[in-house]
Amino acid sequence: MPKLKVDGVELEVPAGATVLQACELAGKEIPRFCYHERLSIAGNCRMCLVEVKPGPPKPQASCALPASEGQEIRTDSEMVKKAREGVMEFLLINHPLDCPICDQGGECDLQDQSVAYGRGKSRYDENKRAVTDKYMGPLIKTTMTRCIHCTRCVRFSEEIAGVDEIGALYRGEGMQISTYLEGAAKHELSANVIDLCPVGALTSKPYAFEARPWELKKTLGIDVSDAVGSNIRIDSRGREVLRILPRVNDDVNEEWLSDRARYVVDGLTRRRLDKPWLRKDGKLTAASWAEAFDAVAKINPGASVAVISGDQVDCETLFAAKALARALGSSLLEGRQTGLAYTASNLAAVAFNSTFAGIEEADAILIVGSHVRDEAPLVNTRLRKAAKRGAKVFVIGAAWDPTYPATFLGEDAGLLNDVPAEVVAAFEGSKKPAIIIGGAGLAKGALEAGLAFAERFKLVTDEWNGFNVLHMAASRMGGLMLGYAQPGGLADLVAAKPKMVISLGADEVDYTKFAGSMIVHIGHHGDKAAHAADVILPAAAFTEKDGTYVNTEGRVQYSERAVYAPGDAREDWTILRAMADALGVSVGFDSFEQLRAAMIAEVPALGVEGLADYGALPAAPKGAKAEGVIAAYPIKDHYLTNAIARSSPTLQRCSAELVHGETFAEAAE
Amino acid sequence: MADRHIEPDTPTLRARWGSFAWTAENAEKAKTIIARYPAGRQRSAVMPLLDLAQRQVGAEENTQGWLPIPVMEYVAKQLDMPIIRVVEVATFYTMYNIAPIGRFHVQVCGTTPCMLRGSDDIIAACKAKGLKKGHTTEDGLFSFTEVECMGNCASAPMVQINDDNYEDLTAADMTRILDELAAGKQPKTGTQAPGRHTVEPLGGPTTLTAMVSANHDYRSEW
Repeated sequence: MPKLKVDGVELEVPAGATVLQACELAGKEIPRFCYHERLSIAGNCRMCLVEVKPGPPKPQASCALPASEGQEIRTDSEMVKKAREGVMEFLLINHPLDCPICDQGGECDLQDQSVAYGRGKSRYDENKRAVTDKYMGPLIKTTMTRCIHCTRCVRFSEEIAGVDEIGALYRGEGMQISTYLEGAAKHELSANVIDLCPVGALTSKPYAFEARPWELKKTLGIDVSDAVGSNIRIDSRGREVLRILPRVNDDVNEEWLSDRARYVVDGLTRRRLDKPWLRKDGKLTAASWAEAFDAVAKINPGASVAVISGDQVDCETLFAAKALARALGSSLLEGRQTGLAYTASNLAAVAFNSTFAGIEEADAILIVGSHVRDEAPLVNTRLRKAAKRGAKVFVIGAAWDPTYPATFLGEDAGLLNDVPAEVVAAFEGSKKPAIIIGGAGLAKGALEAGLAFAERFKLVTDEWNGFNVLHMAASRMGGLMLGYAQPGGLADLVAAKPKMVISLGADEVDYTKFAGSMIVHIGHHGDKAAHAADVILPAAAFTEKDGTYVNTEGRVQYSERAVYAPGDAREDWTILRAMADALGVSVGFDSFEQLRAAMIAEVPALGVEGLADYGALPAAPKGAKAEGVIAAYPIKDHYLTNAIARSSPTLQRCSAELVHGETFAEAAE
Repeated sequence: MADRHIEPDTPTLRARWGSFAWTAENAEKAKTIIARYPAGRQRSAVMPLLDLAQRQVGAEENTQGWLPIPVMEYVAKQLDMPIIRVVEVATFYTMYNIAPIGRFHVQVCGTTPCMLRGSDDIIAACKAKGLKKGHTTEDGLFSFTEVECMGNCASAPMVQINDDNYEDLTAADMTRILDELAAGKQPKTGTQAPGRHTVEPLGGPTTLTAMVSANHDYRSEW
């Protein structure tokens, strides 16, 4: 714990801190471009120069200098001021003055810092360097003349994403950042380099020339593209969401966001259900709300109702639908659309108990039937960190590219019952062993076998819980907490032959099984469920309503409304409330506040932001065995996993180009 | 510098170099080079291997050698490292040629000491032989570049041709060297000044003269 002085103020900093971190602890702002907390130190922009005594009588790059006992650091001296002005002038020598047409304008580190630390005038009147733009795929727009060679993008793709594809070619003034042979950046986190880029060299292609940051209303939201529950900022203008950016939350998404979460934006305004539809003579026809509710009333199902929830539904909607079903006398609720039927009586057994931040510390990890990279890209970065720290990773299931060293044991789920010797050796010597069971594993009975595995290798101790289930649906944990699970799964609903099936945006269900039921679809996109529906009630997408979401860890998070739903679409709970009137029953709430209060009264954990406590793991049932072959994973195309994504031209293009290898001709400029 | 660019990865290039593999002799050399580095650090061998590859390409097409993209990929594969990291190295160092090059790569130094000693004449002599900056002659014999200081200022002006230096040049020397190379002869390397061996002072030593023929203890004279 070295003691040092920053601008005359004495303070103690943690051992291993850098001078830059010490200055930040002292409350001093140090300008920087290449330094980033989550990336390795490069020290090549020189913007963070400070004066340090003892040491050579010249400014020092604080980002790469370890803080040590007795240092006297000055960030406010004449030397520092001149050094910063000098560095800034050099950086601006080759940087174009195109701020008015640059998308980074208004949120540009170079712009901000040149105002704060620059000279305000240039002495350079030679020709500026120009660099040809590089192709980096459908998401990243490049203007490489603006690049200041901070190499953040290079370090991100190498260290965090684990896909070495961006590099710095040539040298000196001729240095250029490029992907290999100017191919598209192909991994699932590629767009994070846009946030990392301190200038406008890498900007968002779909968002190009859309808006200035100061025009945007910023709303705090939760991403629903997977069960990670990434914290996002929804930027909207007027009635349209223009972009989605990650928000910092070290427990969940750090400060990254997967491409499919970031670029669902243009899906939010396409293929929307913006008025009620009724099926007449086998054809969907537009209707008014009154006609739609008349149609619902005409079904008059009595207690013969089932509710199927989709993957992106908030807890309030789930609860409202549950209240409606209960008022009608039914408890047929299910959210596992593809027919999974694992036991959900103990929620600790179906949660990601290690937590995302915790799994980084695991030293032996067994993944059973989960393509983590597709199913939860931001969990894969955590696993990558664990592997970099020396964790041994084993996978049961078909092989995929994890970006870190992992041993693929085979496709036979039965391997979990009797793990190979190398796994035994790794887990017996392990302090923090962990198992991660994914959707493909759950389908093969890996849950019970996993519990037996957890008992055998003591995955749960007082300080550590290494039993994890990785879900894929944002609504899954909330649904399980609210009872959206039948013992037999979806098959129970099919067997009950309900007169009316309420679909809450349930697009992945095979509705041919419900041929005898009237299907009322409360959804926001004209996707698969809309084709099967008899009544369509247009609802709000996740950006258009307040809501509570529970991620796969059991972390309760609140999302806020950014914009209003388009056209006649309404927030889901109001539709369910009006359906109660149409069906002549009472659900016990008239406002969103009452609904939320009733929900929290029933499931108190939903009222507390943060990790829900699910108690201890259940004992493994005797003789439980995993059986079958995990030859494939549920996600076939990681860009098009939900109705919004399937409606998004950007993600369709990503899918076509990056997953299916189609080539697109670049428009000539 | 700024003129450097990677030879585009075309189907023709793939067809020509896609099947690149070490010759038996070079495979052995590559093994020795990789063995110099600790296990798991084999990517440290990227620079010597790229050099080896460049020489093999040169031997195959009778040029100084260069690094086509498939060849870089081959090296990356052998060292189990991402191809972009190999390309970074190859593009950084100017002694790796990343575009096709002639039989002899004539690198004339044009930095201050050489310029003062007449590198302009050397360049003019090269031009008179039909060499053009940044280009290869039509017969594929000579590629010509002007480079910065090669560290031979004491015997300026100088030119580097492939692995050899030619120093203390005059325009006539330059013409002769190019002619001899074109004729398939190996000119004398090193200094071209008559009577000079290396970079000893021109016209004989001016200091320590007593030490030229025998050892002499100067200490008593201080």
